[in-house]
Amino acid sequence: MPALSPQAPPDRLTQHPSSPQDSATCDRHYKTLDTTLKRNHYQPDALIEVLHKAQESFGYLEDEVLLYIARQLKQPLSRVYGVASFYHLFSLKPSGIHNCVVCLGTACYVKGARQILDRLELELAIKVGETTSDGQISLLSARCLGACGLAPAAVFDGEVGGKLTAEDALARLQALTIND
Amino acid sequence: MGGYEPLYHALYELSSAAVIEEITKSGLRGRGGGGYPTGLKWATVAKMPGKQKYVICNADEGDPGAFMDRSVLESDPHRVLEGMAIAGYAIGANHGFIYVRAEYPLAIQRLTKAIQQAKKYGLLGSQIFESGFDFKIDIRIGAGAFVCGEETALIHSIEGGRGNPRPRPPYPAEVGLWGCPTLINNVETYANITPIIRKGAEWYSSIGTAGSKGTKVFALTGKVQHTGLVEVPMGTTLRQIVEEMGGGVAEGRVKAVQTGGPSGGCIPAVFFDTPVDYESLQQLGTMMGSGGMIVMDDATSMVEIAQFYMDFCRGESCGKCVPCRAGTVQLHEMLTKIVNHQATETDIEQMEALCQMVKEMSLCGLGQSAPNPVLSTLRYFKEEYLARLRPEVETFATAKD
Repeated sequence: MPALSPQAPPDRLTQHPSSPQDSATCDRHYKTLDTTLKRNHYQPDALIEVLHKAQESFGYLEDEVLLYIARQLKQPLSRVYGVASFYHLFSLKPSGIHNCVVCLGTACYVKGARQILDRLELELAIKVGETTSDGQISLLSARCLGACGLAPAAVFDGEVGGKLTAEDALARLQALTIND
Repeated sequence: MGGYEPLYHALYELSSAAVIEEITKSGLRGRGGGGYPTGLKWATVAKMPGKQKYVICNADEGDPGAFMDRSVLESDPHRVLEGMAIAGYAIGANHGFIYVRAEYPLAIQRLTKAIQQAKKYGLLGSQIFESGFDFKIDIRIGAGAFVCGEETALIHSIEGGRGNPRPRPPYPAEVGLWGCPTLINNVETYANITPIIRKGAEWYSSIGTAGSKGTKVFALTGKVQHTGLVEVPMGTTLRQIVEEMGGGVAEGRVKAVQTGGPSGGCIPAVFFDTPVDYESLQQLGTMMGSGGMIVMDDATSMVEIAQFYMDFCRGESCGKCVPCRAGTVQLHEMLTKIVNHQATETDIEQMEALCQMVKEMSLCGLGQSAPNPVLSTLRYFKEEYLARLRPEVETFATAKD
């Protein structure tokens, strides 16, 4: 990782070889991040909110972004990394273009959500938490979406699908990739 | 109807002590699961020295199969805000936080809007109703950690850190958010405050049983015909809830109801005439919890349910204390062994012993209650465990011959 001064301009950060985005997009993302940091007065207790915003902009929390946040909040990187790795919703690796979150809450489980997930794993040839090799679909699971009345439920790119069968779920996934 | 009238009434016609007195007399108990008397909690925080105190609303509804809080936050967020403001007035706090799980985007959106509206009309902010009382509320969003429903973990998360619990005492009432005395209640508890102030403690305590007053909202889900939320007076029987309101199961028969999420247990159908309140559920080896009720029929294997919950606790353990971090992993392995027909009776005995150990030695509620689903299914459905044991050794001998 390159040595950075606290005020390192965003474009310097993006020149790291692992950076997946072009520098213009990246600049915009850092700007969004800066707005959030400013709104929270660079207070360390805003860390979780800042991480949410960073993930929303960049798609995931790469090392450079974590380092940038640590320096802006004047916190040790260990603390920022510790928080980012503690919470399930923060992702430290890139995710697919589309995502499918299968709810594994008790109500969904009782109604066969595990079988749906098994089938999706089989068809996509990935395990839950992984992304297909073409980078198209990330398969995730949730503890409970609070949509228990619709069990078994899953979220396809932010849209909830309820009372699903494995076939329904596969059809929804196909629809996602076709619409591109 | 009459929104924020109870807050006005409290500010102008009641002293802080009188508000606490009213809540105490109502007999309201914490709706988040523990059932601690709300009035007593308020009185404890009110008595603490120090100028800065905080009010926190725990809206990190993590129990799988429960969505009562989501419904209140999405449909009537002002009621929760008003309850928090009344609590702030009663205990002498002027800053509140609502900790909402990120999985509820609509709830976050509506809460944000409700706070803006309340500020605009002078119902939150400085000098509410032109009285000398200031109260502001901020939203904090979780990031998907079940353990953050535990109060000390929740406080750490609001402070922007990892959601690790810490030993209690000191309780948050004494040392809470940023070291200040802090009141933490659940969404449903705050939602119960305004009716109590409006209609009086006497009216509220006329509903319910001797030890549990008022009504409780349950999320009825699973293999039941009519899924959804039901609000019933405390003391309603499980049979009324599951069979009359839920319409029973579509085919076959109801086998059990699971309450209390990963901290609770299963109640077999023979106990369905038990009136539901805090004590009766505890006697049955489960707990009220936040109010999820998952109905199971004959097709559901109780051993697999126990394994499912242990998998949940294993994944959600924060890893700080060994009994929970390592114990849940071992218990899950033992359950998997049973599910796969590879265990012997000795394994079940060992598993029970380990359950006790994890229960007694874990740091926080997550670990202390993680063995409950196993213990309760062992208590009522031991035959299902025995049926899954390794086939007798003789069978292997005969097979070899």
